[in-house]
Amino acid sequence: MKYVDEFRDPAKAKALIANINGLKDSLNANEKKPIQLMEFCGGHTHTIFRYGIEPMLPNWLELVHGPGCPVCVLPMGRVDDCVALAERPDVIFTTFGDAMRVPGSKKSLLQAKADGADIRMTYSPMDSLELARKNPDKQVIFFGLGFETTMPSTALTVLQAEREGVTNFSLFCNHITTVPTIKAILDSPEMQIDAFLAPGHVCMVVGERPFDFVASTYNKPIVVTGFEPLDILQSIWMALKQLADKRCTVENQYSRIVPPDGNAAGLAAIDAVFEIREFFEWRGLGSIDHSGVKMKDAFRQFDAEMKFKLPNLKIADPKSCQCGEVLKGVIRPWECKVFGTTCTPETPMGALMVSSEGACAAYYNFGNLPELLAKRSKSIEGDAA
Amino acid sequence: MSSAKPLRKLNSSVTSITLAHGSGGKAMRDLIEDVFVAGFANEHLSLLEDQARFDLSALTALGDRLAMTTDSYVVDPLFFPGGDIGKLAVTGTVNDLAVGGAKPLYLTCGMIIEEGFPIDELRRIVSSMKKTADEAGVTIVTGDTKVVHRGAADKLFINTAGVGVIPNNINITANRAKPGDVVILNGYIGDHGAAIVDARGDMSLENTIESDCTTLNTLISSMLDVCPDIHCMRDATRGGIATVLNEFAESSDVGITIQEDAIPVRAEVRGMCEILGLDPLYLANEGKLLAIVPAEQAETLLTTMQQHPAGQHSAIIGKVSEKPSGRVILQTSFGGERIVDMLVGEQLPRIC
Repeated sequence: MKYVDEFRDPAKAKALIANINGLKDSLNANEKKPIQLMEFCGGHTHTIFRYGIEPMLPNWLELVHGPGCPVCVLPMGRVDDCVALAERPDVIFTTFGDAMRVPGSKKSLLQAKADGADIRMTYSPMDSLELARKNPDKQVIFFGLGFETTMPSTALTVLQAEREGVTNFSLFCNHITTVPTIKAILDSPEMQIDAFLAPGHVCMVVGERPFDFVASTYNKPIVVTGFEPLDILQSIWMALKQLADKRCTVENQYSRIVPPDGNAAGLAAIDAVFEIREFFEWRGLGSIDHSGVKMKDAFRQFDAEMKFKLPNLKIADPKSCQCGEVLKGVIRPWECKVFGTTCTPETPMGALMVSSEGACAAYYNFGNLPELLAKRSKSIEGDAA
Repeated sequence: MSSAKPLRKLNSSVTSITLAHGSGGKAMRDLIEDVFVAGFANEHLSLLEDQARFDLSALTALGDRLAMTTDSYVVDPLFFPGGDIGKLAVTGTVNDLAVGGAKPLYLTCGMIIEEGFPIDELRRIVSSMKKTADEAGVTIVTGDTKVVHRGAADKLFINTAGVGVIPNNINITANRAKPGDVVILNGYIGDHGAAIVDARGDMSLENTIESDCTTLNTLISSMLDVCPDIHCMRDATRGGIATVLNEFAESSDVGITIQEDAIPVRAEVRGMCEILGLDPLYLANEGKLLAIVPAEQAETLLTTMQQHPAGQHSAIIGKVSEKPSGRVILQTSFGGERIVDMLVGEQLPRIC
């Protein structure tokens, strides 16, 4: 398939792996203290598992799967708000598909749908606006979530609704931002990450510049990375090469999509509709300052948080969950106490087990479960000794 | 042979199903005789008895075991490129018998119809069932009709059960895969699942992917002619080939390794999966089987399969090993390796 197979060429993959292996000596790396590289974005995590990239990499390199799965980091209280909105008899609640299974404190959207709520999966907020036009007697709410990648399409939909004077459409805004989150990870005392792969599609919107601070303030290499398997391997090599050369800067591997200054029209739409929230609650990471956006006051008639009464309760993560430590790379997914036993994709307790982009779900689905569980019990024995 | 009396006719001014057609009275009798008995046209149905009756000696001449299966069909939309719910209701049950090595013979047909359903659509579906049954050499010998209130069912649900006979020397079970065996697939995967997603129209994709909905019993009988010792065989419907391979690996306590390169997937289906974030290994099929066979017979079998219309694109896609027991491994075209597990819930599209 054109424009796909070129980026999945096994011969080129072999060559890149050889280049990566060639850096071992200059990196002074070994398997006891491997170099840690974090891919921030859930899309990258998915590619890494789907194409089986991890087993191709040398054992002196470890990938840490970051918090960049917007579905995974959604806190329970927000899911409860969604359910409350969806269960109103006058409401058609629309959402992206993989938000359906995220557990709330009582139920997920999937369960709410089974209980009779009118919940529909859509692929674009524009589909939701179309539903509003077709159902003038219903309130149609779009569950907006995602990083800067999905913000422009939500913003443009709101602007379109305003232009058309659609009064029965609103947005439940749960959009989150990448920069404060990466900063929170970098500021965490347990942080051990050596270099980062930056989220390519976020950068397509915001450009490279917002990530300068990773290199300039924290002295870590960061590479803007695409989503095909060769993109990942090339970016890994680029990040390691920076480490080997003792450089740190923002490099753009995904230049076929990401312009240095991002997408002006997309940024203008975001700026028109959204403003930064003081703080936003993340599952696993807790509250992070300025890490979410809300709708500007001028758009309050399209803001579901203004239009409807919400429970708006803060629900603590289950105590046994170690999502936060996994997200920061302190422990590996299978080292979590509940991984694969009480926390599984069928009954996820923690955020990272929910979406196929979550690190734990990826290990559960694509990894060797019995082997991982055996490794965990060994490491627990080791700790005890 | 036919019934002595001419069959009753539906009143031609009635164009859709009403609750009266399920009430047990005259209207129901008209519907059954005009649409089903006339449509399925065979000697068993024409007797208008409450049950079909078979000659046992004719059955025992074909083999030493009866096979029986049932399946319900609730597909939405009812008509899709490459088939309809009626065709599906026959192929699905015929295939469930055939993959066990049975020669499918008789089918039942139960219909649950939502009131208001157009009678001409019902006729189209019945005629599609008849055509498919004739092609597969099976007879629809008895049936049942229920009409439910609007909203109590989605247009039309069909249940079919089937009976077949397994020949003496055939022993196909999911626990017979042995290290060294090879895995054969009879063609492109994911066509049915992709066709249904496409036909639902939610995605507004400009595509014409046809369902692979087809009966497999003649393909399977030609396979058994050259290789009676097929170890395992199942049709890969919901859950796709990933699910069936996991069932084999688990039941047989073996590892199964498949090559991504070797698995036939149409460009259109791949494209749709790329856009929607779906995995073709988990997409539904309605005319695909997986067989695990002794390695020394694989090539002969493959050649035989490729000569059959339902097996033209057959391929050897993998092999069985002792370890990792109970697991399915995919060697990716990219050069990596990953575990292919059973699907959890429904495949949900990813957001970005």
